[in-house]
Amino acid sequence: MSVQAIDTPPLQAWYTRYEPPYALLTLIGLIIIWQLACSVLKVPAFLLPSPYDIMKDLVFNASYFVPHAAKTSLVVVLGFAASVAIGMPIAIMLSYSRILNKSLYPLLVGSQVVPKVAIAPLMLAWFGFGMTPKVVIVITIAFFPIVINAVVGLRSTPPQMIYLAQSMGASLWQVFFRFCLPQALPSILAGMKMAAVLAVIGAVVAEFVGSDAGLGYVILAASSNFDITRQFSAIVVLSALGMAFFWIIEIVERRMIPWHISIRGER
Amino acid sequence: MLHDATLTTDRLAGTHTSLDALHRASTDRSIAIRNVSKIFKTRQGPIQALSAVNLEVREGEFVSVIGPSGCGKSTLMMLLAGLDRASSGSIMIGGKTIDGPNADIGVVFQQDALLEWRSALSNVLLQAEIRKLEPKAARARAEELLKMVGLEAFHEAMPHELSGGMRQRVSICRALLHNPPLLVMDEPFGALDALTRDQLQVDLLRLWSNRAMTVVFITHSIAEAVFLSDRIVVMSPRPGKIETIIDVELPRPRRLAVRDTPAYAHYVQAVTDIFKTLGVLKEDEA
Repeated sequence: MSVQAIDTPPLQAWYTRYEPPYALLTLIGLIIIWQLACSVLKVPAFLLPSPYDIMKDLVFNASYFVPHAAKTSLVVVLGFAASVAIGMPIAIMLSYSRILNKSLYPLLVGSQVVPKVAIAPLMLAWFGFGMTPKVVIVITIAFFPIVINAVVGLRSTPPQMIYLAQSMGASLWQVFFRFCLPQALPSILAGMKMAAVLAVIGAVVAEFVGSDAGLGYVILAASSNFDITRQFSAIVVLSALGMAFFWIIEIVERRMIPWHISIRGER
Repeated sequence: MLHDATLTTDRLAGTHTSLDALHRASTDRSIAIRNVSKIFKTRQGPIQALSAVNLEVREGEFVSVIGPSGCGKSTLMMLLAGLDRASSGSIMIGGKTIDGPNADIGVVFQQDALLEWRSALSNVLLQAEIRKLEPKAARARAEELLKMVGLEAFHEAMPHELSGGMRQRVSICRALLHNPPLLVMDEPFGALDALTRDQLQVDLLRLWSNRAMTVVFITHSIAEAVFLSDRIVVMSPRPGKIETIIDVELPRPRRLAVRDTPAYAHYVQAVTDIFKTLGVLKEDEA
């Protein structure tokens, strides 16, 4: 392709092109400082466990953590998927109907003022103790950024683009799938990234309120046993889960919108 | 990717219109604008954008519409494309009254409106996909058009890899893919630098040279209008109406050198003078 000549930089030596993983190095640095502080100052494990203590707990009790992590992951994935399935049609309706948008959008924003932790017990009362109340709690948290971002994205199609489509004789259907939806994808995916992180929070909240499994439950149980190390271990696993979900969406993003400036700018 | 899949389904569906059939179906390319007015209702009260505009455009003619901002040039384009309705009067293209989105047309805007997620070639072929044209012929036509504007090496380039001038050339190719009887351009070169602008004017004249289509070209530039047009429609501002129509009798094919001739200078002067009497252009007394 002769195109490459336009904006690919000239071949550089690998050492000028190579960029170290700064964030990872910073994290490792912080962990080392933490470890040193714990060892040198002899901080007791019931106040602040050292990274080594946490790692030991995670490795030796892996068989304990894995099923709980799996349970939480399932809640996150189901809740996230349901959020997308419910959020996208709502966003499409809101972006097409002015009246619907005016009557629902403010309520939707207002509904975010309600603390989700506060309604969690209510969900339990309504949906019992199974999977359902947890998934519903995740939905109440995760579907909001999906709707808001999708609406913004779907409304950002330049009017000229619509004119162009109409001059081609495009049907409403074609205008949506060929023009508006691809145009909105960057915004939709940004919303999904936020939702992925919020879904993990939602799952833990749900497990705090009423559950006998999952990482939220592990934290609660460890807390009643004053097992600080166990709590930290669960937090580490939760963070890893959150990051993994975020990354998955990011990989999807790279595949779906390689043309978008947010992806291109990252070279 | 999305569009590849749909292209395949189109192929399977077998509901294509051949380019030739399209071409034959629309032989009359003349435009008749009769007594067209357009009033926009705004919060500040009604605004008259066009006032009793009458214009006949012959088949295969290149007509420029020139005027200051707010003279209703773009409104006229929206009406021709059927994207907006006239408040009164009628517009007929090829003997057919326009009363809804007019798909028998190619449009080019000031912003190229390329789809960032499609390559240059794929952007041009969008026209064919939506119109369900026969894919093979459409592709050949797209390649031919891109070649005519010097982009044969950039089929797979994404819009962000192209310069402003290249992007606008792709959008012109897209507008011409289906051999429209009418090409409407709304300040298509307004956002380009002077040199690129010259090049695109030359490219445009080449694409139009066999007079297979009528062109309505909306512009702010007097020099551009004189260089390109058979006739220049000079509009006055608020309410937009036609002030004068000037026949440009410069020989064709026109080369850039025509701009150094006295005849060319005379036409530029004539249009400039009209804008001076209209008060659109003001200068200090010598």
